[in-house]
Amino acid sequence: MSDVTLDQMLGKSWRKPAFVKNAALRWTLIVGFVVYLIAAYLTIEVDWGRVYVGLDRGWAFVLAFTSPDFTSRWSDIWSGLLESIVMTVAASVVGIAISIPIGLGAARNIAPLPVYMICRGIVAISRALQEIIVAILLVAIFGFGPLAGFLTLSFATIGFLSKLLAEDIEAMDRVQAEAIKASGARWTQWINYGVQPQVMPRLVGLSIYRIDINFRESAILGLVGAGGIGATLNTAFDRYEYDTAAAILLLIIGIVMALEYLSGIVRARVQ
Amino acid sequence: MLRLQKLTKTYKTGDQALKAIDLDVPKGQVLALIGPSGAGKSTMIRCINRLVEPTSGAVLLEDVDLTGLGSGALRKARREMGMIFQEYALVERLTVMENVLSGRLGYVGFWRSFLRRYPQPDVDEAFRLLDRVGLLHMADKRADELSGGQRQRVGICRALIQNPKLLLVDEPTASLDPKTSRQIMRLITELCQERGLAAIINIHDVALAQMFVPRVVGLRFGEIVYDGLPTGLTPDKLTEIYGEEDWEATIEKVEEEQEEIEAAE
Repeated sequence: MSDVTLDQMLGKSWRKPAFVKNAALRWTLIVGFVVYLIAAYLTIEVDWGRVYVGLDRGWAFVLAFTSPDFTSRWSDIWSGLLESIVMTVAASVVGIAISIPIGLGAARNIAPLPVYMICRGIVAISRALQEIIVAILLVAIFGFGPLAGFLTLSFATIGFLSKLLAEDIEAMDRVQAEAIKASGARWTQWINYGVQPQVMPRLVGLSIYRIDINFRESAILGLVGAGGIGATLNTAFDRYEYDTAAAILLLIIGIVMALEYLSGIVRARVQ
Repeated sequence: MLRLQKLTKTYKTGDQALKAIDLDVPKGQVLALIGPSGAGKSTMIRCINRLVEPTSGAVLLEDVDLTGLGSGALRKARREMGMIFQEYALVERLTVMENVLSGRLGYVGFWRSFLRRYPQPDVDEAFRLLDRVGLLHMADKRADELSGGQRQRVGICRALIQNPKLLLVDEPTASLDPKTSRQIMRLITELCQERGLAAIINIHDVALAQMFVPRVVGLRFGEIVYDGLPTGLTPDKLTEIYGEEDWEATIEKVEEEQEEIEAAE
């Protein structure tokens, strides 16, 4: 390539080099993927008769949103909401507190290899086990109620926050941290002055986002018996009380939106 | 005061950044380290305070070999060496005052530094230094609100508040305009004189080096190829350091600028 002269190149057309160089392989991959996609869609069976029956029920559910019933089950809704909020706050605080040291350990540029491996392992386990599966297991161990939900959400928070925090630490500006090290700072001071200011906005943003997720998850966990507003929602569905279910869903949407608005304000302030 | 003996750095890739460097820096001497990119200038000053671990050789700071120190002793030794960086390396989200006081981290305990409760003499010294570089009114501004020249002044304060014996200065002017570059170089050399500090200044602007320092060391491919007065940098010598180029213009320009500055002052 190095001995190409300009005369040879002039007049030749130019295209961006293909991502997969071998043309045969490239076309096999494209055609194979399209064929698989079509075959995959064909395997999904649709029972149109069942869909027709279900439409009525679905429509009743949608209609319920026009007349949500907050009053007749209000005391159940209120205690469910309180339980969810308690679970969310408690699990977020514990989860975030545990995530920070694990996140530090899972960042390759500041942790020695053995610590890194252990912390990455914890993150991987936490991320591999979905909340519902963990909740089912913990309900089996601790029984029905918010304790199982609280532990599930704490566990899930660790995987989420540690991983993203570690990635932010790995992407930080090395020289700023180096300057702190050069002054003779000890390790803890180095983290506090050289690393923390760089990752703080992202840590705060992620934490608020995680609180938001934890609240939404707390509505799901009730379905498997782990307490919270989800339990109330589940009961409402079981009794075909769609107007109460609608009221609960509207409350969840309202709270999530309020949290979203709050996180916007906080993130703008810590930038 | 500082003596490098057969200092060698070989990176994992096999690149020899430093080839058995021997160098003596007496107390209070400011020297400029010049050389092309990749000559090992940056590696050399980072090997002195062990931000980069040297492969072999010795770094003697007042007869203590820094290369053999454990982590605690190394921290104590680093307090003796202030460092000034190319892109200022201020912690951008901290205030000017926090950045300056971070130079005292080697002297204060964790909780004091965590709560930002520094001993009053440290705080007074920080104010004094900021006043000296003309930034006292910026003390509570965040570092990223400052201009390049202002940031480098804060960087200088951070290095000096360590009360060091030696300054390691890595391309202090590389991201500054020509006028600010000169002001920063003048400030560094003046402060070194006031405090009797030795300094090693990495710089790739030959003209600037010639204007401000009494001794120039030229580095090429990890070896010292020139060590002497700035006036001894003839076109032949520069060719030896940097490679073939027409150097007459560079050298003449220096003399003209020198006259201009003298005329201005």
